[in-house]
This record gives sequence, structure tokens and C-alpha cells, in this order.
Amino acid sequence: MLINFKVNGESRSVDLFPMARLLDVLREQLQLTGTKEGCGEGECGACTVIVDGQIVNSCLVPVAQVNGCEITTIEGVAGTDQLHAVQQAFIDHGGAQCGICTPGMVLAAVDLLNRNPEPTEDDIRNGLAGNLCRCTGYMKIFESVVRAYRK
Amino acid sequence: MRALVPSYQLTTPASLADALALLKSEPGVWKPFAGGTDLMVLLEAGKLAHRNYVNIWGLNELRGIDVTDTHITLGALTTYTEVQTNPILRREFPMLCQAASETGGLAIQNRGTLGGNIVNASPAADSPPALLAYDAEIELVSVRGSRWVPYQGFHTGYKQMHIDPDELLARIRLPRNTAGLTHYYRKVGTRKAQAISKVCFAAVGSTDHGSIKDTRIVVGSVAPIVIRCVQTEDLLRGKKLDDSTIDSARATLSREISPIDDIRSTANYRLRVAQNLLIDFLTTLRH
Repeated sequence: MLINFKVNGESRSVDLFPMARLLDVLREQLQLTGTKEGCGEGECGACTVIVDGQIVNSCLVPVAQVNGCEITTIEGVAGTDQLHAVQQAFIDHGGAQCGICTPGMVLAAVDLLNRNPEPTEDDIRNGLAGNLCRCTGYMKIFESVVRAYRK
Repeated sequence: MRALVPSYQLTTPASLADALALLKSEPGVWKPFAGGTDLMVLLEAGKLAHRNYVNIWGLNELRGIDVTDTHITLGALTTYTEVQTNPILRREFPMLCQAASETGGLAIQNRGTLGGNIVNASPAADSPPALLAYDAEIELVSVRGSRWVPYQGFHTGYKQMHIDPDELLARIRLPRNTAGLTHYYRKVGTRKAQAISKVCFAAVGSTDHGSIKDTRIVVGSVAPIVIRCVQTEDLLRGKKLDDSTIDSARATLSREISPIDDIRSTANYRLRVAQNLLIDFLTTLRH
């Protein structure tokens, strides 16, 4: 079926099987490989993208359900000439190590700050609870998010 | 092994009427597909046996929360995020909000639906214990019409339920009679976020001068279905809330549930945790 959606502000129209995972469509058809696959079952958050203003696990969304939607992937987070404050904070405060969880973490953090510009510690923990990281021990990620909004 | 995506149908009807007509046209061929948070996991694992799905996610007739003086009615597609942010649910049905906040992470909560949680029929589901404790009713619709039934009794066995192939779960209704009740909800999993329950316990109760007026006690992950413990409730009704009553209730509950060993926990652990949660609930009720 023909799916029409906006990805990072750009209108796209792609012929796809309706049950194709949004994750695979982004990575393979649209070559937006910043979105990562971790577990493939909604546990790890590596494939997080924003659909119509809400984060989703793109491995759990069949592409038929994003027809007409606006999607933001990690490629659409930065401005034209500078990184998003969350991305810069991850660089400055060691929030990224191997990098597999990073796109999902950044999008979850961006979404959190969009909804709640001055989150409490609990808000940050809840906002990132669906994203697993095997390298950092989380504290540097947590610190990066705090620095991003205090800036 | 990964599924062959082209072998699956996911058709998007324009309206609820179109969806129901499709369910009726070929009974059993088409199944509803809501937020996808359970079905897509099976798809990726190559374990999604059924092939043809009706995409109901976009049907506005199945969304929204309506409030009257006596009931709050939730569209089957109400997401966990929507549950948590509704002020009346937060005030009058806190266990449902807690269940929603402890199901998966935010990305799951944005997509998972109450209707999906019911029809997926997992005995480890987190919202059914709260819905049963609140005496929910559910509406099943088809081209033949609509019927409201008590949620209690809907599930008949593991993944079995009273729903005809042409019927769709449309709405969930809760009576607004929780004033003065003690609410007790506790999910026990491997970790706080994202875990599937080892035991999930939801109960409401009220007392009068040290005696129990009534309770509704529901436990998940300890039987083939989420189980309302009516024998324990019967035993407690009208009793003085003392140590001896709590001890008898613990014994009754232990006979009423049938936990098993599986990937997430053991029968012994589940039994002990269910007993402890009952004691904690009754102790909370006493204070």
C-alpha cells in the first residue's frame, strides 16, 4: 500500500507492505540508519522515534499506522547549524559510549523536555525508563539531561 | 526466525461500521489490531500465527473518555498515557492509573490500549486486576448490535474469552462508587520499569468500626486468568479485622490461586508474594 508521511519535515510517499515495521522502513527504505534496533520487542528503546508528538518504539509500529503522521527521527533533532541542547549535553558530559542506545535516549530526553521543560529527578527517571543502556551506568545520561535543561 | 511481512494483511477501515462489516463478512478470518505492543513482538519473533488483521488504531469511535454522574466510560483504544493524565481516573480510580504507569515505559504507554490489554488476555496483564477490582463492565459491538457485560467472567481460561468472532470490544465502563474505599495496588516484577509481572495484586475494601464491610480482591499472574478471589472476599465479609481473620484469609487465598513455575518466576515465590500482598492490603485496611 502507498504510505504518505512526513519524516523530519519532509513529505514522503512509499509503497510498502502494511505490516512492515516502521523501524525497518526508516532504516532500509529511507536509509535513516540513526534509528537503531536493539531487542526488537519493545524492551530497550533503541528504536525510539517521535510520531505526532509522542515517542514510540518503531519496532512495534506497523507502517500502516503512520499513514498521514509526522515522524521525527534522530536525524531530525539537530538544527541546521547546531546540535540540539540534549545532543550537545550528551557530548559534553559523556552521555554516549558505544552509541547504540544514544539515538533513542536523546529522543526520549527531547520528548521529556518538550513536555516538561523543568523535570524533577523522578520525571527524568520515568521519562527514560523505557531506554536501556549497557555502557554508561545511566548516571552520565541522567547528568546530560539535567545539564541540557539547566543551560 | 523473523516473520515474512508480505504474508500479513493489515487493512485500515474508514469507520467502525466498516470494521464491523469486515469482521462479519468472513467470521474468524479478521482479527483486530490496536496499538500493536503485543502483536508486533510476536511478529518479530515469527510467532504471530494469525495472518489477517483489521487496523482499528485510527477509529475515533473507539477513543475518548466520557463521564456521567454514575460512570466513567473509556474507549477501548484509551492508551495508558491517556489513563494516567485523566483527572477523574486519578482521583477516583488510582489503581488503574498506577497500573498504566507501571506497564512498560512511556513509548509503550503511548501505544498500548486498555482494550488491547483485555483482549490479548494475558494472565500477567497489569490493567485487568484494577478493572476487575473496580467492577468494570465492557461493551462488545458487532453489526448485530451492542451488549454490555460484566468484565468479571469474560475470561474463561488461558487466552479464552466470551467474544464472538464478529464482535469488537468497544468500551469499558467503571461505576463511580469508590468514595471511601481503601485502594491497594502492587505489581511485583524483576525491576521497576518495563518488567512483566511475577504477581500483580489489586484490591479495594472498606471497614466499619473495625469490621470488614466488603472487599474486592484480584490477583494476576497466579492462575490461567487474572482471578477475582471471591472465596477470600466471602470469608472476609463482616469479619472483625484481626490477626485471626487475616490468617484465615491467607489460607483461603492460597487455595484459590494456582501459580505455576515459568520463565519469570516460580509457583512458590508467587504464592508467598500473593500471601504477603494480601496481608499488607488487610493491614493497610486496618489502619
